[in-house]
Amino acid sequence: MILSAENLGVEFTGLKAVDGASFSVARGESYGLVGESGSGKSTVLRALAGLIGNWTGTIRFDGRELAHDRDRGFYARVQMVFQDPYGSLHPRQTVDRALAEPLAIHNMDRREARIEKALEEVGLGHGFRFRYPHQLSGGQRQRVAIARALIVEPEMLLLDEPTSALDVSIQAEVLNLLDALRRAHNLTFVMVSHNLAVVAHMCARLAVMNRGKIVEEMDTDALRRGEAKDPYTRRLMAASRGYDRKLAESFKTLD
Amino acid sequence: MMEKPLVAIEDLHVTFRTRTRDVAAVRGVSLTMGKEKIGIVGESGSGKSVTGRALLGLTPPTGEVRAKRLEFDGQDLRGLDPAGWRHLRGRRMAMVMQDPKFSLNPVMTVGQQIGEAYRTHVKAGRAEARDKALAVLEAVRIRDPGRVYDLYPHEVSGGMGQRAMIAMMLVAEPDLLIADEPTSALDVTVQMQVLAILDELVSRRGMGLIFVSHDLDLVAAFCDRVLVMYGGRVVETLKASELAGAKHPYTRGLLDCVPRLDRAQRELAVLTRDPAWLDGR
Repeated sequence: MILSAENLGVEFTGLKAVDGASFSVARGESYGLVGESGSGKSTVLRALAGLIGNWTGTIRFDGRELAHDRDRGFYARVQMVFQDPYGSLHPRQTVDRALAEPLAIHNMDRREARIEKALEEVGLGHGFRFRYPHQLSGGQRQRVAIARALIVEPEMLLLDEPTSALDVSIQAEVLNLLDALRRAHNLTFVMVSHNLAVVAHMCARLAVMNRGKIVEEMDTDALRRGEAKDPYTRRLMAASRGYDRKLAESFKTLD
Repeated sequence: MMEKPLVAIEDLHVTFRTRTRDVAAVRGVSLTMGKEKIGIVGESGSGKSVTGRALLGLTPPTGEVRAKRLEFDGQDLRGLDPAGWRHLRGRRMAMVMQDPKFSLNPVMTVGQQIGEAYRTHVKAGRAEARDKALAVLEAVRIRDPGRVYDLYPHEVSGGMGQRAMIAMMLVAEPDLLIADEPTSALDVTVQMQVLAILDELVSRRGMGLIFVSHDLDLVAAFCDRVLVMYGGRVVETLKASELAGAKHPYTRGLLDCVPRLDRAQRELAVLTRDPAWLDGR
């Protein structure tokens, strides 16, 4: 197991955003966390990434227990891609600068060649190197964000809703790209999404979260066969299949 | 349909003038509808929202609207003056926007703003407006209308905020509701409930609904007819029940590129855009 979380908890002023979550991810695996707003899925990812300081429990990466503060060595091996490609790129910096920064932080050699290769790998090519974010479409920006994460040659990517801001046709391209990159570099993914079908497509195993807790963990194949046991998972599945008036009536109001 | 149509649009064009060039956002859209549920589907920049807004006279000043015919309930909307628009908007046709966080007034309670919307359109006293607001909150299935009436927008969840928005749009009992991505910001289970409310209200009140969305499957499950837009044009019009028989490669591409729960696939189909689609072929 390259990554494991044991009894992970995060509390925000009295609210248990994550409550006793435990799971582990094997090297080269793609693991999904699914849930609705407020389920705690993104908070889990942020705790894994070291972006939240007050988590409790144990997180292990490659056999070693992680501290709350992460060093540069950790970020050379684990990188994150954020949801919003509009917010995660500096508007006044070119693609070239966005890609050069991680190389400088991690003191890497052959910077010129690495930038060209990273752009090539995400399907953008040299022509995009000196553009600003406003000159790119949403899908192209997300490709830049992926290139920026991969340029330090990490072993693991943490993906927070990487395609939820994109049109479905662009989503398909980005998901295909991520999948191809994972296989080419033997990457490990932990992917968070509210979209059950997207996670099922990308991940072999997934955990469903509701109100801070992991309510069910299962193989995607079992999910597709309709073997989900938890009522919340079943409801999420039914709702993901599309609008159905009778089904909607069966949901109790949530307020 | 023998009666006069609720909406009749013929050859609608909306062009935005910028400093350097003209951008044709909508190029020749036609639509005739009665009291039915129409879906307009397309990706970002397809012109779907601009079409909905043109019908409500909400095109920004930089945009120019031209049409051979643009009618609501027999009334010509072309060249309508601001007073004429005020008479129609809110009262006869209303719009639900995507995000309740940005469309509700943050410094008024939910109930007050619904009451205000009512009194803007109907001559009524405060007490009557209050009763009406409570009734319409109940109609959108808010369990404790009295409590929610006194809440501010930041105190309600996204799903409740969106239901409050729908309540506000319905309080003056319009004949046409334009819903622009009304559930895109909501969780799937909440989305279902909001759709069920819209569904019920439309069929019970006999209202026309234009549902603008990027989600083809959702729209097809919910609407009677679907217009698929690409590059400012309608490339295909379908009966919702016949979605599986869609012929246009763009519609087919949209259907195929979505990951599905019922089957596993290694690679998702991607859309190859044909420049000829821009000419409506």
